[in-house]
Amino acid sequence: MEIRRDVFQAIADPTRRAILSLVAIQAMTPGVIAENFDSSRQTISKHIQILTECELLSQHQNGREIYYLTNAKKMTEVADFIEPFRQMWDDRFNKLESIMKNYKPKQ
Amino acid sequence: MELKTKINAKNGQQDLVITREFDLPLELLFKAYTEPEIVAQWMSTKVLKLENKKYGGYQFETSDPRGNVVFKANGVIHEHIPNERITRTFEMENSPFAAQLEFLDFESVSEEKSKLTMHVIYKSVDLRDQMLKLPFAQGINMAHNRLQDIVNQLK
Repeated sequence: MEIRRDVFQAIADPTRRAILSLVAIQAMTPGVIAENFDSSRQTISKHIQILTECELLSQHQNGREIYYLTNAKKMTEVADFIEPFRQMWDDRFNKLESIMKNYKPKQ
Repeated sequence: MELKTKINAKNGQQDLVITREFDLPLELLFKAYTEPEIVAQWMSTKVLKLENKKYGGYQFETSDPRGNVVFKANGVIHEHIPNERITRTFEMENSPFAAQLEFLDFESVSEEKSKLTMHVIYKSVDLRDQMLKLPFAQGINMAHNRLQDIVNQLK
């Protein structure tokens, strides 16, 4: 259960989703990935680390360089999951609940 | 922590059930489905039409910040029993997805709590599975758009 939540936390972040779609096309070194963003290299490196821990990214060593690539198998697993759909409805219902808690009937 | 919103989507079936318990009396929960301004708020869409009666219909429309319409949906109401049930269809316009049938059951759990059960029936198993994946696909699309913005800034 813990791991599953982490995966969805990982893809909930827009920068991390952008990284995933970047390396879905071709494997890249952390340096090349970072060049695509305004954020610092350290920030991007942290995002890469989170994605790797969730197995959404896989690493390949080529000489001295490490290349990152989207782990297609894991991505399919996540895509098959109904969690984003559930999350969408949960967000809507949470909103509904808080609106109605403050509802004042029109006189 | 137990999840408040649950989805029951069995493999190989063309329907799914969404359930949710609210810390709201039944009347307030039902009102959230019948007052256009309130629906607009929690569904994050413009409500063009909402006729709460048998043979009635509804229309939603969502625009992006630039004013382009990005989402249009409509449906007809088959059953409207206050504080009990709404049966309706739902169709996304300009999309490859066929209309779906929705049974919304509202029940009181206690004075301050109520429950919604939403049974959604799709045209096929494939279509249901595609609809389930839609929010994920949108997430990825958003990432692509963001990427496009970044690339455009670099130009």
